[in-house]
Amino acid sequence: MTMTAAHYARALGGIVGREVLRFVHQRERFLSALVRPLLWLFVFAAGFRAALGIAITPPYETYITYEVYIAPGLVGMIQLFNGMQSSLSMVYDREMGSMRMLLVSPLPRWFLLTAKLLAGTAVSILQVYAFLAIAWVYGVQAPPLGYVTVLPALVVSGLMLGALGMLLSSAIRQLENFAGVMNFVIFPTFFLSTALYPLWKMQEAGELLYAICAVNPFSQAVELIRHALYMKLNAPALGWTVLALVVFLGGAIYGYNPARGFLARRGAGAE
Amino acid sequence: MTAPALSVESLSYGYGRGAFALQDVSLAVEAGSFTALLGPNGAGKTTLFALITRLFESTSGTIRIGGVDLRAEPTRALARMGVVFQQPTLDLDLTVRQNLLYFAALHGLPRRTAQARALEALERMGMAERIDETVRRLNGGHRRRVELARALLHEPALLVLDEPTVGLDVPARRAIVEHVHDLCRERGIAVLWATHLIDEIGPDDRVVVIHRGRIRAAGPVGDVNRDAGAETLTDSFNRLIAKEAA
Repeated sequence: MTMTAAHYARALGGIVGREVLRFVHQRERFLSALVRPLLWLFVFAAGFRAALGIAITPPYETYITYEVYIAPGLVGMIQLFNGMQSSLSMVYDREMGSMRMLLVSPLPRWFLLTAKLLAGTAVSILQVYAFLAIAWVYGVQAPPLGYVTVLPALVVSGLMLGALGMLLSSAIRQLENFAGVMNFVIFPTFFLSTALYPLWKMQEAGELLYAICAVNPFSQAVELIRHALYMKLNAPALGWTVLALVVFLGGAIYGYNPARGFLARRGAGAE
Repeated sequence: MTAPALSVESLSYGYGRGAFALQDVSLAVEAGSFTALLGPNGAGKTTLFALITRLFESTSGTIRIGGVDLRAEPTRALARMGVVFQQPTLDLDLTVRQNLLYFAALHGLPRRTAQARALEALERMGMAERIDETVRRLNGGHRRRVELARALLHEPALLVLDEPTVGLDVPARRAIVEHVHDLCRERGIAVLWATHLIDEIGPDDRVVVIHRGRIRAAGPVGDVNRDAGAETLTDSFNRLIAKEAA
């Protein structure tokens, strides 16, 4: 079989289609992906509304409630968890078998890994729109056109966070280490970002915290989403998010390089 | 002379410093031949299997699939090979059809061709009426049949299977063993079948005995027995393994 553009397109369609089908079949996964950000929105943000006033800060043109501020951060959280979850399932070996199946197909490995990332991103975007729909009903509303302009931002941020998960999955060998990932990756990534508080609030808290928040790629992704949701392009945030995507994806492709033998070390335990 | 479906030459591989998982391994599988890769657990079968399927790569030695160098042209080489892994690789929540079409897409088959071949492959395994059931509802033997059908969708010249009968009961095992032998005979497919179970190997098969990462004997079962001075393959195998221990 010669490799043609049609072959690539069919393979990409197959990989994305499979991920979406699996997602549709796993209702628990969908529910838990929704419940987490909704709890933050309904409980945490509602409680914080009184304590935390948000001054006018771009892209917002008026005073906003804390719920409105936090919504893009929670969108980022959905994609962060989705990216980490796919890496968890690979560390768990649940996905390892199908990963092998994928990697022995006659396509370049970079393409297969990128297609897998796109598939995960597609699933995260379905979750995000479900969340945004509920938030809309709850009264957290962006301009209608914003729900269209946010889509490309979601693709970039979803790919970047998925690539981070894939990179981690190539580096982590045991499930026990995944608790460490939760503690040392997900929580700091989320809390040390602009998801919960704007950058200038962080600056009031301390210069070091401010610096960490500012360089955190997750902050960049959240700001990209936040602006896109209000039909604005945050070019620096886009640039940093794309840069992080390139670095993480490059690392993941290196991690899954057959000559490096990552899968070899995994396989060694089996025999 | 045409190139063998699979040829491995002077392949070595080590997981860490010092110990070799495979040392100077060479073997060939010709079209229409059922070649059993026989060795005890830990002999290096799975390592060799992972190298042949390019899950990882060795820097010493060469692997050719139908004459195509796996390291130089991995995608062309992989396109000629069907694989059944030791551990199950089907999506349990998807139907048999969805699983097969996913695989066909990875191999770039047009949807119509994929549909037709999926049905045909399942019919051959007596599984056609199960095509729209989710895999979770199938028993272990039927899942293996689906994996075998899947591995043949792109009509590979070479089929490699890593201990494909692990966890199956006796009738299911026999069905899979017989079916793969039929494929060799009727369709001229070259088969490399890794196993530690001697009763899966027929008298007309070829056998490659591997132990502690080295090839200990290779050839038709009769020749291997003659060279080992044994009546049965079981005796040959025990002698070949014991020689090492002594």
